[in-house]
Amino acid sequence: MKELSVEHLLGIKYITESDIQLIFETADRFKEVINRPIKKVPSLRDITIANLFFENSTRTRLSFELAEKRLSADVVNFSAASSSVKKGETLIDTVNNILAMKVDMVVMRHPDPGAGLFLSKHVKARIINAGDGAHEHPTQALLDAYSIRESLGEVAGKKVVIVGDILHSRVALSNIFALQKLGADVKVCGPKTLIPKHIESMGVAVETNLQAAIKWCDVANMLRVQNERMDMSYFPTVREYTQQYGLTKAHLDALDKKIVVMHPGPINRGVEITSAVADSPQAIILDQVENGVAIRMAIIYLLASKIS
Amino acid sequence: MLLNATEIQIALHRLACQLIENHTNFAETVLIGIQPRGIFLAERLKALLLDHYKVPQVQLGYLDITFYRDDFRRSQNPLEANKTQIDFIVEDKKVVFIDDVLYTGRSIRSALTAIQSFGRPQEIELLTLIDRRFSRHLPIQPDYRGRQVDAINGERVLVRWNEQDGEDAVYLVDN
Repeated sequence: MKELSVEHLLGIKYITESDIQLIFETADRFKEVINRPIKKVPSLRDITIANLFFENSTRTRLSFELAEKRLSADVVNFSAASSSVKKGETLIDTVNNILAMKVDMVVMRHPDPGAGLFLSKHVKARIINAGDGAHEHPTQALLDAYSIRESLGEVAGKKVVIVGDILHSRVALSNIFALQKLGADVKVCGPKTLIPKHIESMGVAVETNLQAAIKWCDVANMLRVQNERMDMSYFPTVREYTQQYGLTKAHLDALDKKIVVMHPGPINRGVEITSAVADSPQAIILDQVENGVAIRMAIIYLLASKIS
Repeated sequence: MLLNATEIQIALHRLACQLIENHTNFAETVLIGIQPRGIFLAERLKALLLDHYKVPQVQLGYLDITFYRDDFRRSQNPLEANKTQIDFIVEDKKVVFIDDVLYTGRSIRSALTAIQSFGRPQEIELLTLIDRRFSRHLPIQPDYRGRQVDAINGERVLVRWNEQDGEDAVYLVDN
């Protein structure tokens, strides 16, 4: 029988291709579960999970919470805005206090890269990284790859372009790791200022022309312009960005094939993607959200099965 | 060897006839094969009912009980989930669970919980090819049984199906 090779899900970098396949196969089962009249299984009755969000999030947090509840786990939520973090408590103290109340697993989003890895070395609980700064967002990458597998049958051999703010994006980095482990061909596309230097060393090609990138790919993953992470101007105006890198119906109509359009949300309609594209049948944005719950159920279930 | 291919075939015919006796035309009855090993028996019975006994229609679903088991995190081997496929409504239907071996009864206990997610059946029956007597942990007994067997705990009943294992046979083996 199969199990994950890791104790925590800190990033895609740390897991293997067979881990990803196991997560996908388990998610297939949970996807069937969440489409039943009664969407709940009793597997994790005796597990308590704390969701620690030191950074704002709506969909990731809701998705995790639903996944946990559909596995029958007990859930406690914590957000930094209303906590003792503001009173000067350290991360390890905060988490150890929560663990003292007998919590088995921690789902954490934190603004600092590596926060999950750090925590996993200092506390006794399974850690799931729900986004650490501009580093990794492994569950998003897994649900993106799972959605590609669902739309196109498999990920191996597919051409995927990630468009937008690669520099500040944890989604981009985790996606690159996941897609490459699954055998896809990955390109990034965006203004030079938002592409990390030396990204070619990861085996990722850079394309600065959106139409050329779209022509090459099977899947376009349009990232959000993250104004909150930009401490300086990376492009002159949003309007100029939209004209060069916003995906429009005209781009899609110019192709002789149907590509799959993805977006991790939240969408800035009319900036990185027009409404006509976001609402078109080629966009699988809401499928991504649905798959997110199944993928997170699979990850939590597989990690929980290793708690003794 | 407990049963050879011919004996299995005879038992299947008897089980099919017993099902017909209680369910006549299967209009209000659904068969549920318990994953992973009960589905072969369930498919054989469905084929017999349709082709040999000319039952007009038989609904068959597969139920995976992995997420409902009471030994999650207690067993040495992690459990692998199988496909659940129930494309019909079980509300107010007569459900027949089908599994190859009834041993402790814990799988059936899990299946009883799992089927609730698909509605409230009018009644549930249990059909097994092999019933291991005196080894139950729970008050669960089969309504239809192919063969009753006395096996001590160190022994294991191994059911092999042509579709998966290349032969039809039931063995009693030392663990």
